Amino acid sequence: MAAVGERQITYDARGLAEPFAEAPRNAVIDADGVATFDAKALTTRTINLELRRLLYEEGVKEVVVLNPQARHSLGVGILTRCKITFEGSLGYFGCGIIDGPEIHVKGRVGWSACENMMSGVVVVDSNAGSLTGAAMRGGDLLVKGRVGARTGVDQKGGTIIVCGDAGSMNAFMMQRGHQIILGNVGPGLGDSMYDGTIYVGGTVKSLGIDCIPGEWTDADTEFVERKFSIYGLGSPPKLQKFVCGKMLYNYDSLEPAERKLVI
Amino acid sequence: MCGIAGIIYRDGSQHPIGDEMTRMLQSMKHRGPDSTGYALYGTPANGDLVMRFKLADANTPRDYEYAGRLRRHRSEVENRLVALGARLHEVEEETPYAFRVSFDFDGELKLLADLVENIPDAEVLSLGSSLEIVKDLGDAESVHDQYGLADFTGTHGIGHVRMATESEVDIAGAHPYWAYPYSDVAVVHNGQLTNYFYWKRRLERAGRRFMSECDSEIIAVYLAEEMSKGATLEEAMHSSLDELDGVFTYIAVTKDELGVAKDELAAKPLVLYESPELVAIASEEIAIRQLFDREIETYDPYEREVLVWQR
Repeated sequence: MAAVGERQITYDARGLAEPFAEAPRNAVIDADGVATFDAKALTTRTINLELRRLLYEEGVKEVVVLNPQARHSLGVGILTRCKITFEGSLGYFGCGIIDGPEIHVKGRVGWSACENMMSGVVVVDSNAGSLTGAAMRGGDLLVKGRVGARTGVDQKGGTIIVCGDAGSMNAFMMQRGHQIILGNVGPGLGDSMYDGTIYVGGTVKSLGIDCIPGEWTDADTEFVERKFSIYGLGSPPKLQKFVCGKMLYNYDSLEPAERKLVI
Repeated sequence: MCGIAGIIYRDGSQHPIGDEMTRMLQSMKHRGPDSTGYALYGTPANGDLVMRFKLADANTPRDYEYAGRLRRHRSEVENRLVALGARLHEVEEETPYAFRVSFDFDGELKLLADLVENIPDAEVLSLGSSLEIVKDLGDAESVHDQYGLADFTGTHGIGHVRMATESEVDIAGAHPYWAYPYSDVAVVHNGQLTNYFYWKRRLERAGRRFMSECDSEIIAVYLAEEMSKGATLEEAMHSSLDELDGVFTYIAVTKDELGVAKDELAAKPLVLYESPELVAIASEEIAIRQLFDREIETYDPYEREVLVWQR
């Protein structure tokens, strides 16, 4: 257990943590080319530096991080194809702005996990906090537990799959992409969404403004079955489909003065 | 931003909660470096009452009169307690301006608190048979060292690290808040209340006093008002969801209960760990992880949830 004040972190004038930190080089690379390192005694910055050193300098394709201990901002900004396994939980902002990696979190993630994810796959074994997959643009995010509020807020692409329940204001201002939520959903689902599709397996407490039930097509069946088979989730349960009603779209409506002329 | 944390041992066993809460709060220092506060429930010797009070704020200017004024006010507090019929056991000077007094008293506690607070600059931080509120400027470790919390054992406690947004950086604006005049109730809050003045005027008319300009004080006093009308902590917390506007996640504690409430937007974070032995809650999981050296299962409660645990 870390004693009080054990980790001393320095900040520069801009507020950046540990400006002169260097990668600790404590990873062990085995015969299969899998690098493993223990994050227990490291700070957030040195964990990320070690991760980047392995992926970018050593050219390692698979990294296992032991004891992430729910630290914030781990595994962010990884822009290369690789496999990362976190043997534990992540804090806030985990795996943000990633483009390419396949990440497996064997625990929980805090708020704003996979924010602005561009591509790749993230699998979370336990629960996730609020704002999961916020502004996500591509890739797949699978949460096997439950998620907090505002999952996929401002989602612009990709697929979010949640095996448990979801909180309020899910898919708020969603613009594109898919969400599959197998559990129950809180109030305000799909509020002010522009486009995209939400599939819900459980009950919906209430729909947000301009979110309406959609018509199920063969393409939906194909999509859901494909995602379920990729992640080994068995056969999909009966799902409801929700889409944008497009009643909030005002691009084509007339100005009040013009409307008078038409009438 | 603020960070809040709470821990309760369900079997009522004694634990070093002063140290545990310090570890939790120190790990959330980035959420609020301005001030740190604790509300801890210990077991004072032979059923004493404990009052914590301050006679000046941490950043009160040290003028020529400062030390003499504190000395006079301190003896005035003692005199008034004795005159009211309290039998003082011990008066500890934790800092030059903050004191802890243990005593026996059978009369009305509100009267006692009012008499103490009638002394210029005096504020009763907490009053009760097990509640002790400690708060000061700085991070958790400095407050922990300053007030000697290393040997504080108890059954449950809450804590707060503050990033001041609505009121000044001083002890009066620091959390936790004691639910004056309801002994042994305290609250920590993360968020902003938007109908602060409405409730402040209403509660002042009902005879409650406010010692700060901080919006969070409303919650403590509101709960006290509801509980004095006969509501349980859980009922009072449920009605607060409709009565208080704004964004909030707050933790309220009584002698045997610890409860948490989230607003209807679930705008402020909270992570919950529950086991048969204990319940630990915090704004960030990293704080709960200070208590465990292994992987744990945690989750975020949803909007409008009120959860209460007994010890």
